[in-house]
Amino acid sequence: MAPPSDDLKLLGSWASSYTHRVQLALKLKGLAFEYAEEDLADKSPSLLLHNPVYKKVPVLLHRGRPVLESVIILHYLDETWPDVPLVPADPYDRALARFWCHFVDDKLGPAVGAVFASPSEGQAAAVEQVHENLRLVERELREGAFAGRRFFGGDKIGVLDIVLGCGSYWLAVFEDVMEVKLVDPEAFPLFHSWLRDFEEQEEVKAIIPAIDRLLEYARGVRQMMLGLSPQQQ
Amino acid sequence: MAETKELVLLNCWASPYGMRCRIALAEKRVEYEHKDENLMEKSPLLLQSNPVHKKIPVLVHGGKPVCESLVIVQYVDEAWPDRAPLLPADAYGRAQARFWADFVDKKIFECGTKLWMLKKEAQGAAKKEFTEGLKLLEGELGEKKYFGGDTFGFVDVALVPLMAWFRTFESFGSFIAETEAPKLVAWGKRCMERESVAMSLPDPGKVYEFVCFMRKMLGLG
Repeated sequence: MAPPSDDLKLLGSWASSYTHRVQLALKLKGLAFEYAEEDLADKSPSLLLHNPVYKKVPVLLHRGRPVLESVIILHYLDETWPDVPLVPADPYDRALARFWCHFVDDKLGPAVGAVFASPSEGQAAAVEQVHENLRLVERELREGAFAGRRFFGGDKIGVLDIVLGCGSYWLAVFEDVMEVKLVDPEAFPLFHSWLRDFEEQEEVKAIIPAIDRLLEYARGVRQMMLGLSPQQQ
Repeated sequence: MAETKELVLLNCWASPYGMRCRIALAEKRVEYEHKDENLMEKSPLLLQSNPVHKKIPVLVHGGKPVCESLVIVQYVDEAWPDRAPLLPADAYGRAQARFWADFVDKKIFECGTKLWMLKKEAQGAAKKEFTEGLKLLEGELGEKKYFGGDTFGFVDVALVPLMAWFRTFESFGSFIAETEAPKLVAWGKRCMERESVAMSLPDPGKVYEFVCFMRKMLGLG
């Protein structure tokens, strides 16, 4: 039974993995909220008012006050509703989780995005960059800070699982659209099995859009990118 | 207890990110060993402690490394919670502090690096982003003594290394801080009155010389 979450509203976008992170956290914590889908080509006055600096989703409104940036929102949710904790309790574990969340957002995420945006000549280099980043994660799972764990958060999904997991489904989508292998189960066995486990969780299945919708969306964006690329002119 | 474990900060004297860590540790009055790294010849300890990025600063506490300056500052705040809190007590205040600290990373220091690393022609967009960033920060500061209100806090720690770097950014970005961001200059002076800040920021002239030297090495003339 969801505890009272008094006036929670999420401005998001259905294909945004940053939005999914917040939706998943809200689901895991059993928090009720109102959802408003943003058309990113025609941003609402509410979005522009509450996130004037970046004008981006997700924006969490709690009692009318905006909380911005997905990882910051996850921390806020955890500190306001401590049941079903997502962020570790120990300061060192928290530091590790934060470091790897940054890694996902600063290195791995952009590398995956670069594969998608690359013209065919640049693709091999972009794919190698993704592999280099995945190797770092795989090593951490094999012999580093997260060795022996089912999830990065331990027995249960934690903040790093949410941050890495919501977005990892794009790997399968891009593999299909770009016809490239990003996550070879033999090269990244631990990452692969973690991802399968994550995707099987009920709460995750309820949040992630159907693969067909994601594929269609990705194909559309890729067409548009190629259409705008200077090589095409 | 946190104090009984060995504490080492791997740093480079000119790094604004390293300055943040020094200030946080000084605010908490924590004893630590300071190791200046030669970035042309990184120590085995650095490479082992930060294998992912091989960058400073790294705080090694009881043999366990913490990397990334804002992660380190939050760690220091949480490991020594009984004194000089850097983050506010309420969740909303913390969310705001984290937002603005992240903004400082992106719009001031990352952007500021472009001002001296790029050739003059490419600088235009970076300069605009940088000066706009300064104005937004001034708006956020308002009439407060510090970004943390009456208390010197997380955003103050994140931004104040700018005081050691302003001269460099002014020079390569062709602007005058006093004109573009007078409130921040005044705020910076107030921060410099704190011992933790005064002892952690190098002389701006030395930073400027260092950057000129770096630019020569990078062939930027």
